Amino acid sequence: MKIKLFGITREIVGESQLELPKDEKVETVAELKHWLFEQYPGLENLSSLAVAVDHAYAENDTRLFIGQEVALIPPVSGG
Amino acid sequence: MKQIRIVDGIDLNEAYSYLNSPEAGAVNFFVGTVRNNAHGKAVKKLVFEAYVPMAIKEMEKLSQLALEKWEVSRLLMLHVVGEKEIGEPVVVLGIASPHRDTAFQACRFLIDELKKTVPIWKKEFYEDGSIWVNAHP
Repeated sequence: MKIKLFGITREIVGESQLELPKDEKVETVAELKHWLFEQYPGLENLSSLAVAVDHAYAENDTRLFIGQEVALIPPVSGG
Repeated sequence: MKQIRIVDGIDLNEAYSYLNSPEAGAVNFFVGTVRNNAHGKAVKKLVFEAYVPMAIKEMEKLSQLALEKWEVSRLLMLHVVGEKEIGEPVVVLGIASPHRDTAFQACRFLIDELKKTVPIWKKEFYEDGSIWVNAHP
C-alpha cells in the first residue's frame, strides 16, 4: 500500500510517498496511524493527523484495501 | 454556474468577468492575499501546496452546500499553489446573486469552511526560518 504525503508530513518522512511493508498487518486507519507513529514519532506531535481514502476523509475504524488511494492530511491551512 | 479550480495565479479581472451576469444584481468577492507579517514576524513569502483531486472534491462539496442554501447565480472558488510574494492574491471566493445579503453570506460561508476542510497547506518563510502554518499546537 502506498501512502501520499503532503506539507509537514512529507518533510517529517522525507519522501512524498511511503510504501507500507507487505508483511505489515495494517487493516484500518487506526492501525495505519499506530504504525506511522512508531516509524515517524514526529507525526504524533502534529496538532492533528487525518487520513484520506480515495479523496475523502476517513474515520479511525475505516478499513483499508489494496488499490485505494491513501493520503496523510496534516492540519490544513489554506486561504 | 460554478467554477472551482486550483491555479498557479489569480487574475481578478477574469474572476469578475466570470461572475458578472445579467441576472445577478450583486457580486461579492473575498480575496485572500499574502500578508507581510505573522506571529509578530516579518513574512518574506508563502508557499502553498494542495492535494489537488481531494481539494477540488472538498471545494465541490462546499459549493453544493452553498447552492442548496442560497439563491446563487454564479459561484467561483479559486486557490493558488506554489510560491507567492507579499500582496499576491492566493484565494478568491466569489458569489453572484440577485441579492446582496445572499452574496455576503454565501461568500463568508465558503471562505470559513474552505479554511477548515480543504487539503491545502501554507508554509510561511521568515528571515530566520519557515513553518507549516497550524501544523503544531
